[in-house]
Amino acid sequence: MNKILSSEVTPYTNYLNRRKFIKTASAASLASSLSFSANALHSEDLSKYDKQLYEGDELNTFEEITTYNNFYEFGMGKSDPSNNSSSFNPNPWSIKIEGLVNKSFSINLEDLIKKVTIEDRVYRLRCVEAWSMVIPWQGFSLSKLIELAQPLNSAKFIQFETVFRPEEMSGQNKNFLPWPYVEGLRMDEAMHPLTILSTGLYGHDLLNQNGAPLRLVVPWKYGFKSIKSIVAIRFVDHQPNATWSMTAPSEYGFYSNVNNTVHHPRWTQGTERRIGEFLRRPTLMFNGYEEEVSHLYKGMDLNKFY
Amino acid sequence: MISSRLINKTKPIVLILLLLPSFIWVGMFISGNLGINPIDILMDKLGEMSLRLLILVLIISSLSQFFFLRSLQNLRRLLGLVTFYYIFLHLTCYVFLDHFFNFAFILKDVIKRPFITLGFLGFILLLPLVFTSTNNMVKKLTFKVWKKIHYLIYLVMLLGVFHFYLLTKADKTEPLIYLGIVIFLFFVRIYKKFFIHRGVL
Repeated sequence: MNKILSSEVTPYTNYLNRRKFIKTASAASLASSLSFSANALHSEDLSKYDKQLYEGDELNTFEEITTYNNFYEFGMGKSDPSNNSSSFNPNPWSIKIEGLVNKSFSINLEDLIKKVTIEDRVYRLRCVEAWSMVIPWQGFSLSKLIELAQPLNSAKFIQFETVFRPEEMSGQNKNFLPWPYVEGLRMDEAMHPLTILSTGLYGHDLLNQNGAPLRLVVPWKYGFKSIKSIVAIRFVDHQPNATWSMTAPSEYGFYSNVNNTVHHPRWTQGTERRIGEFLRRPTLMFNGYEEEVSHLYKGMDLNKFY
Repeated sequence: MISSRLINKTKPIVLILLLLPSFIWVGMFISGNLGINPIDILMDKLGEMSLRLLILVLIISSLSQFFFLRSLQNLRRLLGLVTFYYIFLHLTCYVFLDHFFNFAFILKDVIKRPFITLGFLGFILLLPLVFTSTNNMVKKLTFKVWKKIHYLIYLVMLLGVFHFYLLTKADKTEPLIYLGIVIFLFFVRIYKKFFIHRGVL
C-alpha cells in the first residue's frame, strides 16, 4: 500500500538499531563540540519529530512500541501481539461506512489514503494499566473521513469495529471478551483535530501488533479507546457500546478520559511508568492535552462520566 | 515408603532448586533482559511463584497424610520459608522498584485498591507463621497452640488467590484453577478431620 512517501520509509532493521545508534550518536556529539546530526546517517529524519515533542518527553523506541502491546485479539500477554500476529494479512483492506450517513459505502484503504493527507503526530499514549509511551504516528484527521462520510444531522456518536478473523487472530477463539472489539466516540470528540486515524509509526506502515492497517488514536483517552484494525465506522444517534465498558462498566466508562481523579480498583491513575524510565511520573489531566480538549467536557461531572 | 532420611538429604537440593528462579529473574532484571517493562514482569513472576509455592505447601501437607508419604512433613518448613522469601521479594519489588519507597502513595494504594489490601493482609498474616517456625517456638507454644496459629496458612492462601483474581484483567482461568485446588484441599482436610478421625469410615 502506498500510504507513506517512499522517501519517508525506513527499513525495519534500522529501527531496531535505533536506540543503539542514538546512544553512539549522542556520545559522539558530546565528544566533539560539532553539531553532529543524529540523522545524518539515518534514512528517516528523526529531528522532524522534535518540534512536536513536549518538554521532558522522549520518543519511545520502535522496538518498545512494537513489542509491548495490548491487542487481545492476538493474546493476553504484552509480547503476544508481536509474536502471534505474523499470519494476519491486512492487504487488501476495506472499511465500511454505515449508519446515519447520506449513503453507506465501502472504501478501499488505498483509495481512502489518496483523499487525505498523512501527517506526523507525536502523541503520548497512556494505558489504563498505568504505563505510557511517546509514539511518532503517521495518520490523518478523523474529521476528514467524517467529512467524506457525510453523516446526517441526527448522528451524534460514532462506533468503530475491529476486524473479526478468528483464523488469523488466535485470541478471538477465546471468549474472555465479546468479539469483535468495538469502541466509540462522541461526534465532537471524533471531530477534534487531535483525533486521528493512524496508518503508520516511525515512517513505517503499522505492524500487525499495532493495529494494521488502520487504527484510531485519541491521545487524551486511555489506550484501549484507540481501537485497532478498523473495518467498520458506524454513525449512530445514541452512545454506542464499547467493549471494555460493556465488559466491566464499573471499571471502564464510555469516555475513559485520562483522569487522575477517577479511581480504578486495579491501577493507580495518579502516576504512570513511562516505558524505559525507572521512576514513575505523575499522570497529567487528559494526558497533558487539557488545554486542547477540556472544553469538550465543560459542565460535565467527569467523576460520573468517566 | 519414603524415609525421613532421604527427605532430609534432599533438602539442600530442594532449597537450591526453589531459590534458583529468583536468582535467574533478578539477574535478568539487572542485566536488562526482562523485557520492555521489567519491573512489572519481575513483580508478576515473583507473585506467581509465591502463589504456586503456597499451593505446593498445602499439597505436600495433604500428601503427607498418607502413611507412606509421611516423611514429606519434613519438607513443610523449608517450603513455607521459601514461600515467604518469594512473597517478601514480591513486596520489596512493589515498594522499592514500583513506587520507590513513596510510602504516602503506597499507603493510599493499600487502602484504595482491594487487591493490594488483600495482598498486604496476606503478608502480615504470614509473619506469625514465620516467627514461630523454629523448633524452639513449637516447644514453647506447645504443639497444639502452634498448630492453631499455623492454620492461618489457609487464610493466607485464600487472600493470595483473591489478590491474584482481582488483579487479573480479563481471563480469570488461572486464579480460578488455584481457587479450585485450594477448595479441594480444604475439603479433603475437613473430610479427614470429621469423618476419618472420628471413625466414621
